[in-house]
Amino acid sequence: MFKVRKLEIILTSLFFSVLMIALIVNIVIYMKRDSAEAINNNYNNSRQEIIAKQNIRGRILSRDGDVLAGTNIENGQEVRIYPYRNLFAHVVGYAVKGKAGIENSESMNLLLSHEKMSDKIQNQLSSAKNYGDNVITTLDVDLQKTAYDALGAYNGAVVVTEVSTGKVLAMVSKPDFDPNEIADIWDGIVADENSSVLLNRATQGLYPPGSTFKIVSALEYYRENGGDVSGYRFNCSGKYSYEGCTIRCYHGSVHGSEDFKQSFAKSCNASFANVGTTLAIPSWQKTCKELLFDCPLDTPISYKQSHFKLQETDSANDLMQTSIGQGDTQITPLLLNMITSSVANKGKCMVPYVVDRLEDHDGNVVRQNHPAQQCVTMTEDESAFLTELMRSVVEDGGTGRKLKNDNYTAAGKTGSAEYSSAKDDSHAWFTGFAPVENPQIAVTVIVESAGSGGEYAVPVAKRIFDTYFGIAQ
Amino acid sequence: MNHVIADLSKYVILALMAVYTVECYLILLRKEDNTSSGIYVRQIVCMFLLHFLGFAAICLETGDPSYIVFYGFQELMLFATIALFRVIYPEADRLVVNNMCLLLCISFVILTRISYQKSLRQFVIVSVSAVIGLFIPGLIKHLGFLPSLTWIYAMLGVGALTVVYILGAVTHGSNLSYTIFGVTFQPSEFVKILFVFYVAGMMAKATDFKQVFVSALVAGLHVIVLVLSRDLGSAVIFFVVYLGMVFIATHNYLYLLIGMAAGTGASVVGYKLFSHVRVRVTAWLDPWGNIDNAGYQVTQSLFAIGTGGWFGMGIYKGDPSSIPYVEKDSIFSAVAEEMGVLFAILLILVCLSCFLMFMKLASRIEEDFYRYIAIGLSITYIFQVFLTIGGGTKLIPLTGVTLPLVSYGGSSVLSTVIIFSVIQGLYGIRKKERLLDDDYDEDYEDYEEDEDV
Repeated sequence: MFKVRKLEIILTSLFFSVLMIALIVNIVIYMKRDSAEAINNNYNNSRQEIIAKQNIRGRILSRDGDVLAGTNIENGQEVRIYPYRNLFAHVVGYAVKGKAGIENSESMNLLLSHEKMSDKIQNQLSSAKNYGDNVITTLDVDLQKTAYDALGAYNGAVVVTEVSTGKVLAMVSKPDFDPNEIADIWDGIVADENSSVLLNRATQGLYPPGSTFKIVSALEYYRENGGDVSGYRFNCSGKYSYEGCTIRCYHGSVHGSEDFKQSFAKSCNASFANVGTTLAIPSWQKTCKELLFDCPLDTPISYKQSHFKLQETDSANDLMQTSIGQGDTQITPLLLNMITSSVANKGKCMVPYVVDRLEDHDGNVVRQNHPAQQCVTMTEDESAFLTELMRSVVEDGGTGRKLKNDNYTAAGKTGSAEYSSAKDDSHAWFTGFAPVENPQIAVTVIVESAGSGGEYAVPVAKRIFDTYFGIAQ
Repeated sequence: MNHVIADLSKYVILALMAVYTVECYLILLRKEDNTSSGIYVRQIVCMFLLHFLGFAAICLETGDPSYIVFYGFQELMLFATIALFRVIYPEADRLVVNNMCLLLCISFVILTRISYQKSLRQFVIVSVSAVIGLFIPGLIKHLGFLPSLTWIYAMLGVGALTVVYILGAVTHGSNLSYTIFGVTFQPSEFVKILFVFYVAGMMAKATDFKQVFVSALVAGLHVIVLVLSRDLGSAVIFFVVYLGMVFIATHNYLYLLIGMAAGTGASVVGYKLFSHVRVRVTAWLDPWGNIDNAGYQVTQSLFAIGTGGWFGMGIYKGDPSSIPYVEKDSIFSAVAEEMGVLFAILLILVCLSCFLMFMKLASRIEEDFYRYIAIGLSITYIFQVFLTIGGGTKLIPLTGVTLPLVSYGGSSVLSTVIIFSVIQGLYGIRKKERLLDDDYDEDYEDYEEDEDV
């Protein structure tokens, strides 16, 4: 007689049991956490088409419940309708001829139905389709309309976000189109190689930042000088020369003797070129990384990465151009808005998002999105420093003085970005937030080929702030 | 109306599967031999209802009632298998037979949905396998010379693998099969079994260092030929099976450590040496970034599972054919998509219960050779389940192995039926041992249970 030693057998059984449990846990985690995003992929189109045969694509609603996109049945055919026509063209997008905007990013969620089982069975018995879930966005119709109208006939973009959450309240891009007619106008748009009408400039337009980049240069200078710029003085004669290169102030202005804050408020190119020559490029690159240049963003909105290209081997001219936002730097209105929001939000950069929640046809919440923090771009001290600089742009008679009013305080930075060496034209920028004491929204505006930011972009921003704070115009 | 019934059937199928799975574990927890036959009958009822509802859904969704004929033949074959095992081998384990038939039921349903032609072909192979399987337990029990053929197993195994490798090299492909008399074989599926017999023979003879060393060289030879043939999944299975068997036979934890270190080293070398290994790893780490090429299969598999959701899209409601090699490597994802993730999880649990049942048997066989075989085949089975499901769910890189009994593939299903039948033969061996040791059998049982605590 002998006995079998069982310990090793038990251990081996346990080991493989654990492997099987790991399989199950992994599947459950995938289902709970990643599957919703994964299955919305464009490569999963065949399944979306299968589901579309059973369910009616849900609606896209504003934060207040206005229908931004819905499905009508016309002569037995499902037709996607967009009641606001051009107004939400880029952010809401379209769902035929490919997909874009929320129609793309939430496509699967709009198709899936969480109707009650009893309703689904009833639908099947009467050969009716189920209602897909509705997407409730963070978008505000009034703000969107104000931004759209304020931009007028110009090309350009506007981004309005809630500072503490990253909720996108308005997002406009021009030129635009009517998504109701996308099937008809599609061939014309595609045939025209120069057409950028489908491009969402707010998230995918890469622009020279112009003087709005002085926010970054100022932050870098502040960091390199140990958080004290009180000793800075500059005497502006309308230009600044260094190693044979010359930088001129906008339209030949002469700013005279100024400290750092005044240089910023008046957007003095000469003074900032002077500042730029003192900056250490590796440290500057690091700061730009922290401000999410050349970095992936966590946002579900499709976007392009912004670029900061300055290298240590670049010339003094490149260095000075970069410090005033010309040179090779490129930024999207979205990222500039995120940086501005993080200044307003004590350095905390929130992930911009446009979908607040999913609801089933009866209004029960299927999924609630929550604000998420992308990163911390700067310390509280640094954000207070930049806030003060940006406040003086508006409140102390700087380039943003057209925004000054008795109802709320605002802070921001203008920019007039030259985009072509051949033309004297410039894109008008403004990015800022209000109120200064308790920032609520951040507004970023670019008006293409308009002129100076103070003249053309600031009034657009003012109309948006006025609407938000309920001030009659 | 038809669609409502088809839709509801998926919930009933899930409920039946849940009852079946619970009963698997109830049986596992019971003491040997005192399970009343009621629980097995309930399992058989669940299985047959599940099979019926699956085909009912197929008929309703396709509107083609002729599938019911095919169903009838399947039902007949499954019933015959269960009944004949019961009659010919009363000592055979009824849970093992039930599990085998349940997995085949699921396979018939999902394969018929994916491709009627393939399902028909699979059915023929399964029927032949079942007949072969019926002879095996008797052979195992009565062929007393099996333990002494150690080196024959190794020579046959390495020989068969080498032939595949040379043929593959000549045709510049990664062909893992060859055709004899019009029937295509994938030898690695059968060599797995021979390999287990070889290692069991070696370990039963002696467990000293020299014996382990020699067997390690032969095991390594198997693995190297497989890696060269690009059959990574089988290579990993051979390695893990060898390690597990040596560990249990020698009780030596040092071998386990050395083996793990060697495995890690070999993985690194394989990664550096072979581009096809690197491709698999890249696709695993970032399938979404490689969705157009290397990551395509696993992302399609994830789409299927995710879109199906907990309760599944319903049979014929999904798009499993969009997954490459769905009927072989990714059958699990097809099951998850159409029958639901919950059903798929229960399927994993049923597979696990097979393994635990095999290991429970192993712990009660006294003759080394047969005990090691039970252990080797258990590990072969469960680790293959782990590789295929883990690969399709992005837990581990894809290795392109089949889900035993469920996937399409003649060699795969025949070899798995053989494994299950050998296990049944081992129950016969166990019975023989108990008859011989009849006198102190009861004492022994008690002693054994005490030791567990």
